[in-house]
Amino acid sequence: MRDASPRKLVEVKNLKMHFAINSGILRRHTGDVKAVDGVSFDIYEGETLGLVGESGCGKSTVGRALLRLYEATSGSVVIDGTDIGRLGQKALRRIRPKMQMVFQDPQASLNPRMTVAAIIGEPLVEHTDLRGNARLARIHELMDQVGLNRAFAGRFPHEFSGGQRQRIGIARALALNPRFIVCDEPIAALDVSIQAQVVNLLEDLQDRLGLTYLFISHDLSMVRHIADRVAVMYLGQIAELSPRDALYADPLHPYAQALLSAVPEPDPSVESSRRRIILKGDVPSPANPPKGCNFCTRCPQAQPVCSDVKPPLLEVTPGRHVACHFVPPITAAAGSTGGPEASERNRQGEDR
Amino acid sequence: MPDGAEPVLDVRGLKTVFRTREGNVHAVNSVSFHLRPGELLGVVGESGSGKSVTMMSLIGLLPSPPAEVQAGQVLLDGRDILQVSSTQLQSIRGARIGFIFQDPMTSLNPVFTVGSQIMEPLRKHMGLTKAQAQVRAAELLDLVGIPDAKKRLSGYPHQFSGGMRQRVMIAIALACDPRVLIADEPTTALDVTIQAQILELVRELRQKLGMAIIWITHDLGVIAGIADRVMVMYAGQVVEQAPVKELFTRPQHPYTRALLKTIPHLAGPRSDRLQVIEGQPPIMMAAPAACAFAPRCAHAFDRCLRENPQRRPVGQGHDVACHWEAGAAHA
Ligand SMILES: Nc1ncnc2c1ncn2[C@@H]1O[C@H](COP(=O)(O)OP(=O)(O)O)[C@@H](O)[C@H]1O
Ligand SMILES: Nc1ncnc2c1ncn2[C@@H]1O[C@H](COP(=O)(O)OP(=O)(O)O)[C@@H](O)[C@H]1O
Ligand code: SF4
Ligand code: SF4
Ligand SMILES: [Mg+2]
Ligand SMILES: [Mg+2]
Repeated sequence: MRDASPRKLVEVKNLKMHFAINSGILRRHTGDVKAVDGVSFDIYEGETLGLVGESGCGKSTVGRALLRLYEATSGSVVIDGTDIGRLGQKALRRIRPKMQMVFQDPQASLNPRMTVAAIIGEPLVEHTDLRGNARLARIHELMDQVGLNRAFAGRFPHEFSGGQRQRIGIARALALNPRFIVCDEPIAALDVSIQAQVVNLLEDLQDRLGLTYLFISHDLSMVRHIADRVAVMYLGQIAELSPRDALYADPLHPYAQALLSAVPEPDPSVESSRRRIILKGDVPSPANPPKGCNFCTRCPQAQPVCSDVKPPLLEVTPGRHVACHFVPPITAAAGSTGGPEASERNRQGEDR
Repeated sequence: MPDGAEPVLDVRGLKTVFRTREGNVHAVNSVSFHLRPGELLGVVGESGSGKSVTMMSLIGLLPSPPAEVQAGQVLLDGRDILQVSSTQLQSIRGARIGFIFQDPMTSLNPVFTVGSQIMEPLRKHMGLTKAQAQVRAAELLDLVGIPDAKKRLSGYPHQFSGGMRQRVMIAIALACDPRVLIADEPTTALDVTIQAQILELVRELRQKLGMAIIWITHDLGVIAGIADRVMVMYAGQVVEQAPVKELFTRPQHPYTRALLKTIPHLAGPRSDRLQVIEGQPPIMMAAPAACAFAPRCAHAFDRCLRENPQRRPVGQGHDVACHWEAGAAHA
C-alpha cells in the first residue's frame, strides 16, 4: 500500500467476549470468563497485524469474534464498512466469503473422510453456482496457488504431511476470494523446516491477491518476520500495539518487555549476555482478573496505583499504543485509533 | 567440566527398529554419543528424527513389541545397562537416571498427591522412612522454587499450573540425586515466560547439584541458551556434533546450516523472505544406504546417493556426517 493514508479494512472497538460460568446442579450463572475484555484496534488494507501473547490470553477468541464465529458480549467489529455484529443471518451469509480463517491444527480442521477436492470445493458448493468441470477447474487453480499437486485432488487428508495439510486449509480459505484472513497459529503444529514454507506461501498470496491478515501466534520471532504492526495481549486486553520494528527494538509496556526478553535467541553469544526479565508466578484466571492494571500481580514495575486504577490504552507516540500508567505520552495525540503514520509505518521487506 | 573426564554415559552404535504393519521403521540408526560429568548435551532435530526413541531405548522404556533395540552398548559409569536384568534396570532408572517429559500431566498420577509421588522414589530407592521422605520432599519442592513447599505436598497435580507441574517433575527426577538427567522437550508445552522461569531454574540447579543433563528440544534458541555441546539428529542418526558456540558459528552439515538459516530472529537484520528447506523429513522404512538428507540437500552429489556418510572430525570436539566439504570439488 503506497497511498498516503491506508484504508482501514477492519475496525474493532471495545470488543468484549465473556463466557458464562455455570455451576452447581442448577447450573446457575456464577461468573464469567472474561476471555476478551475491551479490545480496540484497526487493521489496514493489505497489512498483516500480528497478535501475540501467551496461551489463554484471548487471541483465538478475538479472531473468532472478528469473524462472528462467536456473538460478542459487547463492542463492535466493522469489516469493510459493515458492522458485522448487527447483520442478520442472511446478510451475514452473503458477507462470509470475504472473511476466512486458517486454523492451527490442519489435522483437526479437515474432515478425514473427504477428499482434498471435496474439502477445497465445499465453500464453492455452499456459496457459488460453480458446478462440474467449472468447479473442478477452480479447485485445481486453488491447488496450484498453494503449491499442491493437482494429481492428489482425490486423496484424503491423512495421506499428506502436516505442511501439505496446512496448504489444503489455506486453499479452502482462499476458495471464495476473501479480502481478510484470520490465521490462528497456522504454523504452530509444523516442524521448523516446514514453517518457512507455509509462511512464504502466506506472504506470496498476500502480495498476489492483496490479502489482509490477522496473524495470531505465540512465536514472536516469526511475527517479527511476517507482521507490519503487532498487538501484544495479556489477560484479555491489549498491553501494547506498535509498529513491528519499534516494538522489537524498544518495547514500551512492561509485559511486552518481559515477553520479548523471555524469547530465546538462536545465538549462544547473545544468550550468554542477555538481560532477562523473569516474571514471577503465573497468569491470573480470566474469570477473576486483578483490579486495576491486569498485569499488576506480576509487573516488576508495579506501583500502588496500579492495583487500583486501570490504565487506558493510549497513543504515547505516533502509532504506538500502550496501556501503562508509567509510560507517559511522548507526544499528545488524542483521538487517534492506532493508525501508523506514514513515517512510522513498517512495510514488509523494508529493513530498518 | 574437565575435557578428559571419563564420560558418565557412553552410548555406542545404538539401533532401534519398530515392527509395524507397514514394515520396519528404522527409528535409531547406529547412534553414538557420550556425556561427561556435569555437562549439558543438547539434542536437536525435527519431530520424527529419533530423539525420544534414542533416549527411551537407552533406558529400556520402549514397549517391545513393537520396539526392538537391535544393537548397541549403553555404558553408565562403565557398565552396559542394556545387559542388566530388568529389575536392576528399574532401580538404575529410579536412582541414577532421572527423566522429565514434555507433558507433566501425563507423567504425574492425577489421583495421588504431589508429595506421595515425590516420596515414592525416596522410599523405594534411598530407603528413607516416611518421616525422612516427607522432609526431603519438602526440601525438593523448595529447591525447585515452589513456594509454601510443605503445604503444597498435600496438593494434587491438577491444583498446580503447567509451569508448577513441570517443577514438580523436576523435583521427582532429582529426588535420588541422579548422575544423569534426561529432559525430553520439558518446556515445549509451556509459555515463553514460564519457559524462561524453568530455564533459569535449571541453570541454578546445575550450579548447585552438578548433574549431567541431556536436553532434547526442537528449539535452537533454547539450545543456544543452556547447552555446552549440541548433537543434531536427522532420520535417526547424528549428523553433526559440536560445542555450542562452534555449532552456531561454524555449522558444517548442510542440514544444520539450512536449519540455522530458516529460523527468523528476534533482533538483528530482518530478511524479506525466509530461506526454505524444501521437502520434508523422511520416515525410514529401511536402514540408511544413502544420505537421508540427500533429497533436500543443496549440495548433494553422486556419492551421497551411493553411500551413507559416516561421522568424521572437523574440529575440536566437532564431527559431521557428510560427504561434502566446503570449498572442495565433488564429483
Ligand atoms: N468457548 C469457551 N467457553 C469458555 N471459555 C473459553 C471458551 N473459549 C475460550 N475460553 C477461555 O477464554 C480464555 C481465552 O482463550 P483463547 O482465546 O483460546 O486464548 P488463546 O488463543 O490466546 O490461547 C481462556 O481462559 C479460555 O479458557
Ligand atoms: N510406537 C511406534 N511405532 C512405530 N514407529 C514409531 C513409534 N514410536 C516412534 N516411531 C517412529 O520412530 C521415529 C523416531 O521417533 P521419535 O524418536 O519419537 O522422534 P522425535 O522424538 O525426534 O520427534 C519416527 O519416525 C516415528 O514415527
Ligand atoms: S500500569 Fe503498573 S502494573 Fe500495569 S504495566 Fe504499568 S507499571 Fe506495570
Ligand atoms: S552427504 Fe551429500 S546429501 Fe548428505 S548432507 Fe552431505 S552433501 Fe548433502
Ligand atoms: Mg489460541
Ligand atoms: Mg520426541
